[in-house]
Amino acid sequence: MTVVEFRDGWELVVGLEVHVELATNTKMWCGCSTVFGGDPNTNVCPVCTGQPGALPVVNDQAVRDAALLGMALNGEVEEHCWFHRKNYFYPDMAKNYQISQYDVPLIHDGYLDVEVELEDGTLDTRRVGIERLHMEEDTGKSLHVGDTGRLHGADRSLIDYNRCGIPLLEVVSHPDIRDAETAQGYLRELQAIVRATGVSDARMDQGSIRCDANVSVRRIGDDLGTRTEIKNLNSVRSLGRAIVYEADRQIAVLEDGGTIRMETRHWDESKGVTETLRVKESVTDYRYFPDPDLVGVVSPPEWVEEIRALMPELPAAIRARLSEAGVPMAQAITLVSGELMPWFDEAVAAGADAQAVANWLTGDVAGQLSTEGLTLEDSGLTGTHLAELIALVDDGTLSTKLAKEVLAGVIEERGAKGPAAVAEDRGLQQVSDEGELRAIVEQVVATNAATVEDIRAGNNKAIGALVGQVMKATKGQADPRKTNELLREVIG
Amino acid sequence: MALSPDEVRHVARLARLAVTDEEVAALSPQLSDILGYAEQVGEVAADDVPPTTHPFALTNVTRPDERRPSTAREDILAAAPSVEQDRFSVPRIVAEEG
Ligand SMILES: [Zn+2]
Repeated sequence: MTVVEFRDGWELVVGLEVHVELATNTKMWCGCSTVFGGDPNTNVCPVCTGQPGALPVVNDQAVRDAALLGMALNGEVEEHCWFHRKNYFYPDMAKNYQISQYDVPLIHDGYLDVEVELEDGTLDTRRVGIERLHMEEDTGKSLHVGDTGRLHGADRSLIDYNRCGIPLLEVVSHPDIRDAETAQGYLRELQAIVRATGVSDARMDQGSIRCDANVSVRRIGDDLGTRTEIKNLNSVRSLGRAIVYEADRQIAVLEDGGTIRMETRHWDESKGVTETLRVKESVTDYRYFPDPDLVGVVSPPEWVEEIRALMPELPAAIRARLSEAGVPMAQAITLVSGELMPWFDEAVAAGADAQAVANWLTGDVAGQLSTEGLTLEDSGLTGTHLAELIALVDDGTLSTKLAKEVLAGVIEERGAKGPAAVAEDRGLQQVSDEGELRAIVEQVVATNAATVEDIRAGNNKAIGALVGQVMKATKGQADPRKTNELLREVIG
Repeated sequence: MALSPDEVRHVARLARLAVTDEEVAALSPQLSDILGYAEQVGEVAADDVPPTTHPFALTNVTRPDERRPSTAREDILAAAPSVEQDRFSVPRIVAEEG
């Protein structure tokens, strides 16, 4: 691996732990619903609240989802794995242990290729090793009540166990990351892959994908330094900021002759700093042991192949396909991360040019939807509509400006009417009918004698005023190029 | 394997158990004995015996991803020491001491 210098003489070393909440119907060990935002403690039962005697039973779909994501991350599926108990006391985990995997996770030895844009605009591919992907369960949600509303200074915590027991996958990378951009690219790419496989909606704002960063620094050539674990990273942007802040903090401590303490630190987004949350418990303090309530999971090769056959086209392959079709990389990234590909593919299948479709989807369609606060799905706009719109521009029926109005119309109708119908209904077709346009041009020439004289005397710029008059008379529906031609012809 | 009194205190703290010095003195040899029994398993485990995590020769006990009714909230909350805003109210979480 080439050395990437972070600061003068210092190297940054980052590993990421990403938790993905699965979009299964039910929790990991019981039939309670996993729906987000239910009333507190309504999706709970004896199993997920750790009542004595309640027994967990593995959710079959969660194992399938874990295997699919693991394979999408180029990992190997373990033929025989099992579950452990991780023992700790925290009120958001009702059993006083979390069921997780320890020595043998379901997936091991994967990797993710991250494309990072260099300063000169070229792309560099960085491979980040993935140590493991293991199955576990989510914890409940705590609401800290007291004067400050935060954990520090709260006098009691109120617990909602709805989230407790939701299937969680932890994706653990190797400490292969050497700069903040690669860390951010890794998280973005992982998010895109999770969405492509459909195992989770991977929404950082709702916590269905969460990222912790293990950060350390070392003088170039030295052994790995002591790391700290950064929590509360709620966006890709926070991840980048927190890594840079924490690395600089560690360098300052070390250059001052101090030492780094192994601890968990909390990222404060508004202050832009990390603060000590707690000193890390050592792994032995968790007293992991095989959960006697659960038996092992065996994944025979036939089963692994059955799951592999479900693999959808992954983001990197889609971007390569788009690039081949002439779509610029920035648009390709937006099409994939914005989940616009079904519309793109449908429009292209309906005969539209790939680059034109990419332009519309990442430009005006995205813009109008964000103004209206709509998702593409809710807008009713289909790929076929887009292809029709592009065809209307190509054959001169619509100017680009009118096409944008037609697009707004289709969205307003929620797709009940296509572009041709909307253009017809609202009279938005371009006036390119020669006869009709010529009549208007002749009228404008007749009523603007002074300007016409000006043009004849050689003031070519004055023609702009007449084009404007024609546009006004046609409510903007005249083809500007044709109007110009006709004006010159009539004026002579 | 002998457990030192300090190790007994550490394990007790992890389990949130308060132990007196007398109890530590009594527990150290008892826990050491239990560990000794478990170690005997290692003596009979030969290289051709695969490690096992469960006494039953069962694998893949799973259920389909189908919802089942949850428990009524008042029944679940009845087990809470204190309830506020339909949630379990617990004392302030104190930071782990080192
Ligand atoms: Zn439950």
